[in-house]
Amino acid sequence: MIIEKKIALIGNPNSGKSTLFNLLTGLNQKTANFPGVTVEKKTGVFQIHAQNGDSLQIEVTDLPGTYSIYPQSPDEEIPLSVLFDKNNSQPPACTILVADASNLKRSLFLCTQIIDLKIPVILALNMMDLVKAKGISINAEKLQEELGIPVISMNALKNQGVDKLKELLLSDVLLKKQGFIDIQEVAGPLLQKASVELGLEDPYIAFQTLVNPRFAKLSGVEQSRIQLFMERNPIKTDSLQAKETLRRYELISQLLTLCVRKPLEESRKNFTNKLDKLLIHKIWGYVFFFGILFMIFQAIFSWSAYPMAFFQEIFGRVGEMINESMPEGVLRDLIVNGIMAGLGGIVIFIPQIALLFMFITLMEDTGYMSRGSFLMDKLMRRFGLNGKSVIPLMSGAACAVPAIMSARTIQNKKERLITILVTPLISCSARIPVYTLIISLVIPSKSIYGINLQGLVLMLLYLLGFIAALGSAWLMNFLIKAKEKSYFVMEMPIYRIPQMRNVIFAMVDKVKIFLFDAGKIIISISIILWVLSTYGPEKKFTEITQKFQTESMHANKKESQELKKRMRAEKLEASYAGIIGKSIEPLIRPMGFDWKIGIALVTSFAAREVFVGTMSTIYSIGQEDTSISGIRDKMLNEKNPKTGLPLFTLAMGISLMLFYAFAMQCMSTVAVVYRETGGWKWPLIQILYMSGLAYAISTLTFQLLK
Amino acid sequence: MSLFITILNKKFEFQSHHIHSMNLSELKKGEKAIILSIDESPIRIKLFEMGCIPGEHITLENIAPFGDPIAISVSDYKLSLRLNEAFYIQIQKVSTEQEPQAA
Repeated sequence: MIIEKKIALIGNPNSGKSTLFNLLTGLNQKTANFPGVTVEKKTGVFQIHAQNGDSLQIEVTDLPGTYSIYPQSPDEEIPLSVLFDKNNSQPPACTILVADASNLKRSLFLCTQIIDLKIPVILALNMMDLVKAKGISINAEKLQEELGIPVISMNALKNQGVDKLKELLLSDVLLKKQGFIDIQEVAGPLLQKASVELGLEDPYIAFQTLVNPRFAKLSGVEQSRIQLFMERNPIKTDSLQAKETLRRYELISQLLTLCVRKPLEESRKNFTNKLDKLLIHKIWGYVFFFGILFMIFQAIFSWSAYPMAFFQEIFGRVGEMINESMPEGVLRDLIVNGIMAGLGGIVIFIPQIALLFMFITLMEDTGYMSRGSFLMDKLMRRFGLNGKSVIPLMSGAACAVPAIMSARTIQNKKERLITILVTPLISCSARIPVYTLIISLVIPSKSIYGINLQGLVLMLLYLLGFIAALGSAWLMNFLIKAKEKSYFVMEMPIYRIPQMRNVIFAMVDKVKIFLFDAGKIIISISIILWVLSTYGPEKKFTEITQKFQTESMHANKKESQELKKRMRAEKLEASYAGIIGKSIEPLIRPMGFDWKIGIALVTSFAAREVFVGTMSTIYSIGQEDTSISGIRDKMLNEKNPKTGLPLFTLAMGISLMLFYAFAMQCMSTVAVVYRETGGWKWPLIQILYMSGLAYAISTLTFQLLK
Repeated sequence: MSLFITILNKKFEFQSHHIHSMNLSELKKGEKAIILSIDESPIRIKLFEMGCIPGEHITLENIAPFGDPIAISVSDYKLSLRLNEAFYIQIQKVSTEQEPQAA
């Protein structure tokens, strides 16, 4: 017989909760967002076999790390809403509280809160190796007796104690009737009144309902009843909360003196303190931090180039195979140029995402991440950002897609949102083909005082992106209203050796999220763009086809290839993308762009580098020769129809580069922002503000330089 | 009125002299203290929950290069916080070996 059971993992951050989760579920896990908020929800499944032949199928939810169940922000409501929700038809049968046993106090704080809410809980004393190393001894039996809940010692890193935990899960965890704290003593006669008038029987739940407006999602009627009650019985909720918290810690201290023995004088000169002397040193700290950032940048910029080239090669081959094996027609074209191109555009990001999250997980698991934000907090705070924003911003110089995903490490909602919104302004690697092409067109290749002019312009563009990102962040800091206060009260965990398993799981997890959540949108946009650029008004299209058919009848092989290229160019011009490009010409004229660039603006919404490909099609260069020099020569000869002078002047070139520097020309970024902010509101705002910025700056530049 | 202020000032001086009351943002690196109280503020409960409770011994362990944030050790772990948060934490300095206690 298979019995299904739901459980939940809860615990402080850095308590080894995810290690236990990975150990229990293996790769049988999936990540989504909790409904309504963009906080990661991890669930997994594992089985336990009982001696009587039954097996238990357990679905485990890994709740976000928390120090308390007192929700102070919408995000912090999650553990509570999963564990204690009247509307949840299937609440977890049992909760496992993973505690860092070497630092029991804060874990017991959370644990006793759960006990008081009358939620069945098992206390798992994790990291027992650290306890031994510190010379602490914990009397688990005594703790179990005093708390009245099952307590087990374990070390998830070494897979110790996990079997015992599974054994406990086979039977039902009994609910403790008596709470840990005597809440009547804290709140006085108020609770009896509440019990009578509001029907809240359990005193602790009554207390929480009264003092904590976020405690349980109440219906409007219930809320107004409570409000009425509060008006008649005015209380200071804040001081009652404080009173409860202090009383709880007092009781925990008493409990700890009973159950835990510590060495008298803990050696202060421990490893973590010594390492901190170096890693948050005013000089070496930054040297190390920027060294790591540089390595991350190198990794996603150049190491990932090899696997990316490999993916590109594979997709190219498969495309060719389909091309050869399928009859010419719309279906083949859709598969090769629509779907395959879209898929190729998605898998190309896998190496960058995996590498970035390898580094991020390593930084978090070793405990270094909090040191990095400690060093950068003061500098970044001025711009409404967080110390942890440095990693997304820096990674954004390689690619905004993994960078935006990495903004998850920022707990504060507003700071995270601002980071997401400004990261795409940092010049990413997809802008390089556009920059190189245009620089080679309008910037002379000469040196001034030994500095190569073209290189200088490229560097200035990068610098400009960085300044624009910080400037926009600073502005948004005023514009976006924060629902929660930004605070920096955070634990600096001790340094630990990272777990390869956790690192690999995090990489797989992030790649999966990107492929399945952002991938859908990327494929859809990719197909839309394909339709726009391959289809147009039928009459015109037939005309073009007929024209070239008659011409190619008399052509030799070389000529017919030339004709094909020209046909492609004419068809693109006649396509819907072409029509859009032409119709936006009046709009983009102030920036110095003509309709040909208009078409490229439309198609390169897929990705910035598509600009180069579209330009080569428009100038009928042919797919086999997409080299920049070929397109450059064609573009150099392009004349402005009105003035007869070269179209690509310095003014227009710089205007075009600035447009690509600021505009959100990347559907993958849009897709990721959609996934990370949980809706279309922010990606749309982002597209608008970035396009607006690009438009304004390009127009201004062109008009001034013209 | 002025007499009242003088008395008030005297009283305040006396108090601050007597128990060395100061807030955490004034503590120097390496110095030890005991938490006396935490002022009413939006992060008061948060600080309590993180183990910053009256009576707890703390040591100022690190100061970030630009003077802010700071890291203290409290109830067996290291906690970082900004100066504007440390400001709410009222402490009493505990003499260290290097610095003999003032009378």
